[in-house]
Amino acid sequence: MSNQSDLVWMIGGPQGSGINLAAETFVRCCMRGGLHVFANIEYHSNIKGEHSYYRLRIAKERRRSHLERVDLLVALDRETLIGDVHKAEATHRGHLHEVAPGGGILFDSDDGPKPGDPTREDVRLFPIPFREILLEALRMYGREGEVGKLQIMYNVIGLGASIGVLGYDQELVGRVIAEGFKGRKAALADLNVAVFRRAAEYAGEKYGASFPHRLSVLGGSSGRVMMRGIQAVGMAKFLAGCGLQTYYPITPATDESDFLESRQGQYPIAVVQTEDEIAAVLMATGAAHAGLRASTSTSGPGFSLMAEGLGWAGITEAPGPVVLLYQRGGPATGLPTRTEQADIRFALHAAHGEFPRIVVAPGDAEECFRTTFEAFNWADRYQCPVVVVTDKFTASSYATIPPFSTQGMKVDRGAFFAPPKSGADGFLRYKFTKNGISPRSRIGDRGGIFWTSGDEHNERGHIVESADNRVKMQTKRMTKLVTAAKEIPEEMKWTLHGPADAEMMIVGWGSTKGAILDAIEELAEQGVAASFLQLRLLCPFPADAVRKVLRKAKTHVIVEGNYAAQVCGLIREMTGVNIRRKVLKFDGRPFSQDEVREGILQQRKSARRPAVMSHA
Amino acid sequence: MLKLEEIKTDAFNDWCPGCGDFGILVALQQALVELDVPREKIAVFSGIGCSGKTPHFLNVYGIHTLHGRSLPIAAGAKLANKDLTVIAVGGDGDGYGIGAGHFVATGRRNLDLTYVVFNNAVYGLTKGQSSPTLAKGLRTKSMPAAAIVEAVNPIALAICAGYTFVARSYALNVKHLKSTILAAIRHPGTALVDVLQPCPTYNDIHTKEYWAGEDGPEKRPRWYDLQQEGFDAVVHQPEDADEVLRKKSAGVMKALESGEREAVGVFFQWKTATYGEQLAQRMPLLAEKPLADADLSGRDLTPLLAELA
Repeated sequence: MSNQSDLVWMIGGPQGSGINLAAETFVRCCMRGGLHVFANIEYHSNIKGEHSYYRLRIAKERRRSHLERVDLLVALDRETLIGDVHKAEATHRGHLHEVAPGGGILFDSDDGPKPGDPTREDVRLFPIPFREILLEALRMYGREGEVGKLQIMYNVIGLGASIGVLGYDQELVGRVIAEGFKGRKAALADLNVAVFRRAAEYAGEKYGASFPHRLSVLGGSSGRVMMRGIQAVGMAKFLAGCGLQTYYPITPATDESDFLESRQGQYPIAVVQTEDEIAAVLMATGAAHAGLRASTSTSGPGFSLMAEGLGWAGITEAPGPVVLLYQRGGPATGLPTRTEQADIRFALHAAHGEFPRIVVAPGDAEECFRTTFEAFNWADRYQCPVVVVTDKFTASSYATIPPFSTQGMKVDRGAFFAPPKSGADGFLRYKFTKNGISPRSRIGDRGGIFWTSGDEHNERGHIVESADNRVKMQTKRMTKLVTAAKEIPEEMKWTLHGPADAEMMIVGWGSTKGAILDAIEELAEQGVAASFLQLRLLCPFPADAVRKVLRKAKTHVIVEGNYAAQVCGLIREMTGVNIRRKVLKFDGRPFSQDEVREGILQQRKSARRPAVMSHA
Repeated sequence: MLKLEEIKTDAFNDWCPGCGDFGILVALQQALVELDVPREKIAVFSGIGCSGKTPHFLNVYGIHTLHGRSLPIAAGAKLANKDLTVIAVGGDGDGYGIGAGHFVATGRRNLDLTYVVFNNAVYGLTKGQSSPTLAKGLRTKSMPAAAIVEAVNPIALAICAGYTFVARSYALNVKHLKSTILAAIRHPGTALVDVLQPCPTYNDIHTKEYWAGEDGPEKRPRWYDLQQEGFDAVVHQPEDADEVLRKKSAGVMKALESGEREAVGVFFQWKTATYGEQLAQRMPLLAEKPLADADLSGRDLTPLLAELA
């Protein structure tokens, strides 16, 4: 694989300027042309005005992460070039410095660099008269009077100019743009396509011939889909038969609940916006006790409020809920729209006391799909909460992937009680069993009446404080984790990518998967052989297997998106293996392939101190 | 029809002798017998405190939850199975203090469930601290000092929050309480029954004798029945926004009245669309059967994948 042949396109502008639409349209156009894309977005906790940007890495083969260089930058405003220098404390430096030598910058000639602004001699500047292009297109429809209002179409001009400069298939892009305007918006389709066309023609004629980067259709539709983490999770919930989703609005988790609710007519699911996350987790737990697969989705601040409820779900052995934890920068509100991997220890320990829980960390959209689906099976089978830990980066990044296969994905509702024919009472909801699992009834089942309590209880569910019962009941509950550890297939627990006897073993979990996989391929080209041990099931932790795998390599490097190397500590606790080489990042931005590569090389030389990456 | 014995359990009851909880428990048992639905279709959820133990004494599905959290859990069960008769019970600290957010949100939602609050103005199980309904300036026997915060008015709060059946009763008037609970359960929507009750151990002000008015010259009870005095709490034209407003205002005014005697009875009653009915408009399946009985799994994802192609 050669990164040099990849094309990195970026569009930046103030929030509210429609960079999402432009970027996602571009992703679709590349995908339709048989190309692969990995796309990720960065934005502020702000409604309008602050800087946001979207980055597309376009390649002939699958890519799983982003690169730091930019080959073609679209700047919808000056800030995109030079940063928010108007503020007392700038939050970013703009993207001028990220453009690779020989790259290009498309910008609005009315809002471009000012005299005295930093500039670059080694990149091409492509001023585009956004306003004139818009006016020309509007004139065709006699709507030039609306030029002010329709400035929202500058994003389409940015996309169009890019397509022109890169020489990509304008017919294809026009079709994709038109598709995006359906229903009430259908009348806008032609206008948008006209604006796109005008921009593409202008930029193509003026700059296309001299720009070395070209983008062409690979031929044939790829049959792929563009998938984000939240969509993968949502589809898994539909497939698993989740009937209730509760949530309290929070970035970046809410998108998933919106996705579910917007498809409610087609895929029946009750989606309830609750008063807080305390209610969210408990409402889902109540529904689980009544036999409905239920879930809630949140981020760190909401998960903090859910701690109490997790404990109640644990002691009452509810079959769920499935909790999606989309990590973001913490603590408190932290960095609300940025990514981090710093909640994993909290997910493992949240709530007081001891109770069984399953904690699992998928590494990308495909794993989000399969893991979330299995999470419902585990919740039912082991009658405990299941926390699926992912993050803002996975939630919002697009990758072009083959459509999900559902082969081998089977629903397992766990052990149910056998209702007595007479309908007589006496059901033991918390019957002591060898594997810890007591067959359950659902609230409402005839012959299945039970009691339950957040207080310690006996087999019937009535409150009992006896020492003897406590020991038996706590042991029964915790035994379920032993059972789960035995039954959950190894391939759901961890994955070793590459040869175990490679010089170095990179260890990671969650969303660093993509950057690590891409980086070790690049390292291999440079003669550095590395494998990647990806941990997925973090509770119950597959200690023996992980210890065995780790022992196959001499040198280990942990890569984590947090300050404290949380999972590094967990590995040491569980296996006794102390990984001293650490590549860490906690600036709220995702690891790029470049950062992982550099960090690994740095740690290969010296493990004296962790490599803390922040190329943002 | 169920027999009273069939609705009881043999779980040991450790409430203090003379506790108002007993009156509420008996009224609940009688109401459930009279309701005449299969026991397995009834689920009682409770919060924490003495009243939290109530489900263990009722031979129906009994779910003892967390402090202040019975309502969201009860709501979840109702969403999963619309055929359940869902009742939440708890103390005044549970419902109007730590659970106040859920109390308000539950009223707004108007799911078809009933909330019975054991209101004795103290935290009994933690040994007698003031609860949200203890009037400012009062000091019960185990409080180190008098309350210097205002009491909450649960009836007025409930009406303003959106409860569609709001009533009050008295724990030791089992007959009135039973019929109030029954009316609340039968009401399609979220119903509140606030139950005045003595705590013989920690509330030495609002005692059984106090409520019976035994200290006064006329020995007249300190409560009176709103309906006996002709108060009409019912919205007769459910679509008439003016009438809804008038009845709500009247209910709130009644709740805020202060005097020698507390009003019991129904303060506000309005039959309007429940949460479940509105949800069923979007998901016709919900009108057919409980979600928990529908097989929702294995749905075809092709249309969703096509959107992303």
